[in-house]
This record gives sequence, C-alpha cells and structure tokens, in this order.
Amino acid sequence: MKTFVDAFRFMADNPHLLLEKTGEHLELSGAALGIALVLALPLGLWLGHLHRGLFLAAGVSNVGRALPSLVLIAFGLTIFGVGFWNNTAALVVLAIPPILTNAYFAIDTCDRDVVDAARGMGMTGMQVLLRVELPLGLPFVLAGIRVASIFVIATATIAAVAGGGGLGQIIVNQASYGLSGVVAASLCVSVLAFAAAGILTLVRRTASPSHESLT
Amino acid sequence: MTVASGPVIPNFGSGSSCEVNNGWFCTDWVRQHWADTLQPALFQHIELAAIAIGIGFAIAFLLALVGFRFRLVDPPIGIISDFLYTIPSLALFQILVPFTGITLLTVEIALVSYTLLILYRNMIEGLHAVPVEVVDAARGSGFTRIQTFTRVELPLALPAILTGLRVATVSTISIATIAPFVIAKGLGQPIYAALSEDVFKTEIFVAGGMVIALALVADGLIVLLQRGLTPWVRA
Repeated sequence: MKTFVDAFRFMADNPHLLLEKTGEHLELSGAALGIALVLALPLGLWLGHLHRGLFLAAGVSNVGRALPSLVLIAFGLTIFGVGFWNNTAALVVLAIPPILTNAYFAIDTCDRDVVDAARGMGMTGMQVLLRVELPLGLPFVLAGIRVASIFVIATATIAAVAGGGGLGQIIVNQASYGLSGVVAASLCVSVLAFAAAGILTLVRRTASPSHESLT
Repeated sequence: MTVASGPVIPNFGSGSSCEVNNGWFCTDWVRQHWADTLQPALFQHIELAAIAIGIGFAIAFLLALVGFRFRLVDPPIGIISDFLYTIPSLALFQILVPFTGITLLTVEIALVSYTLLILYRNMIEGLHAVPVEVVDAARGSGFTRIQTFTRVELPLALPAILTGLRVATVSTISIATIAPFVIAKGLGQPIYAALSEDVFKTEIFVAGGMVIALALVADGLIVLLQRGLTPWVRA
C-alpha cells in the first residue's frame, strides 16, 4: 500500500517526465492508429458493401487475436531494427484486425431491405455505402476503433523493450525509477486507455443516440 | 521485474557460425536448447494459461448465474468487467505488484480479469438468446426452474459459451507472453531474454512461433469440442 502512496508522490515530483513520456506515448499510438485506420477502414467498409471477403474479415480477426503483442514487437525489432518505425509497424498490425473486422460486419449485416430501397431510389453504390450503410453501421465501426485504440495504447507500453519511447520506458526501467515510478507510469497508461475508450464511447453516443445500449 | 536467468541467453562466442553471426534461423540452436529452454517454457505457458482460463471460467459462470437470475446486477457486473478489460496488461501487472508481490498470483489475477469480460458477456448473451417459448414449454411440461436451466437453457446457450471460451483462450495465451515482466515463466521469457541480449533472432522466431502455434492449436481443440458437444450447430 505504501508503494501506491509513493507512486502518487512520484507523480507530484516528476510531472515533466511523466508528461513528456505521455506525449511520446500518444505520438506512437496515434501514428499507428492513424495508419491502421487509413489501411483497414476503407477496405473493411468496401468488402462489407460488396458482401465479399468474409474469409478475410473473419480470418484476420482470429489470427490477430492469436498474435501476442510482445511477439509482434520482437518480430518488428528483428526485421526493421530499433526505432520508431519497427514499433509503429507492430502496432499497426495489431490495430488492423478489430477495425477491419468490425467495419466489414457493420456494413455486411445492414438491413438488406433498406439497402434495396436506397438502390431503388437511384443511389449509386458509393452513395448507398456513405449515406445508408455507414450511418447504420457506425456504432459497430466505432466499437472496432475503440478496441483497436485500447490495444494500441496498451501495447505501446511494451514497445519500450524495443527502444520505443513512451511511458513503457519508465515501466521497464525499475532500476532507475523504482517501483513507485513503475506504478505511477502504469497508472498513467491506464488513464490514457480509459480516456481513449471514454472519448470513443462519447463519439458513438453523439453519432447515433439510438444505439446507446450497444457496447 | 525479473529478467530471465539460466542458459537462455545465447553465447555468441562459442556457438556455431550461424549463432555467432546471429543468422535468421539457427536450427542447431533450437535443437540444442529445446530441452533446457523451449520445452519448459512451453509447459509453463500452458500452465499459466490453463489456470487463468479455468478460474476465469468458474468465476464468469457464477457471475453469469447471478446476472441471469437477477437482471438488476447484470449492468454493474458488465461495467466492472469492461473496466478491468481496459487496463493495459503490463500496467495491471505492475499496479498489482505492490499488493501481491512478484508472484504467480499477480500474473494470474491479471490474466483472469481479462478472461472475465469475454466469458461473462458470451454466457449472458447466450442465455438471454434462448427463446421464451421454449422456456415456457419446458415449464409447462412440468420442469422445475433448475431442470429448465440445466436441461434447456444451458444446452441452448452452449454454442455462445464455447465461442466465448475460444476467444478467451486465444487471448489468454497471447497475453501470458507478458508474464516475464513479473515472473520468469512462459514462452515470453525466452523472447524477453533474446530482446535484452542483442536481439537473438532465432530465439525470438522460435518462441514467438510457438506462442502463435499454441494459440491456434488450442483454438482448434475448442472447435472440435464445440462440434462434439453441440452437434446440432453446423456453421
């Protein structure tokens, strides 16, 4: 229990260190999440729209779950060497499955009658996707992004093992920062993950107020 | 944090030319260190995951019974398990250390809490998805409440429960790789050792591959179990 009190004292004593590391953490997570979104979101939406690639969408999420983050980081390190990009690449691989799979199923499972009605009114494929299917599937799409961002923030911590910056540097370096520093940094990471999850939950509620019960 | 000790760290000076040059994959190293490093790590990994899944399944099942019987407590249980799931695993390990120390208990508490959300959600959703008419019919033919649960509701919820077990098993095997940040156990240990010692590629690829293979094999076994237990579901 004393360590816990010490952890808060560590926060009060080292606000600059923690802020700087939190900034690096956000930079790494943000870059990875951004790249994963650009790659996976359009692909998932488009495949869902075509009702094709079920194998890819389901397979990616199964394989993705089986890939341990430490293994990904370690693989990235052996292939790309130490640096920002090996960690980013590993985190992108980690973030793609939930985004892709949720985007696919969000669009794929849209009410066919509604889609047919939109087509019957003369909407083009792209219009149907952007004006009908995407708004209807949005809660599920956002749920995927929420899971991906929690994963990425959590795993960016482990990136410190492979020379990445961020709060993980404090967590894996107990020799320099002591257990109180380690616990303090762990609490900061948890707060970051909660903040990301909370923000995305809020976005989802604002975007589709009728789906509040969905998780 | 415990750094792995023992013979896992390769001796770059005296190994084969592949080991000395840190080649992409040294089969001789794997053969030499299977018995002293890789096999024990694999067994420890299975043990870590099996304990967590067993305990997690039991707790989730009890919670699901309560949450299903008394609907009022369902949302709070869901929120708490969601909360636990959001805490990054490495951070949860370190936050627990002041309370439970550098022990197996710390690792297992963290692993169990990650299984809870997945297992609980699937159990509750499976039970709620049982058609009301079927339950009414069972009650009407004289089944007691407990009989209805064990003979009607539970078997019908089984596919959803087993799907949850699949996801939980695969994620637990994956998360258990981080255990060496607390105790020197499991397949994460050789990976961690290889990372801290000049990134010995062979060890990373072998141990990493073994974790992934273990997860896929466990997944396959549960699919077989699913086919055996619920032959009426053919996806």
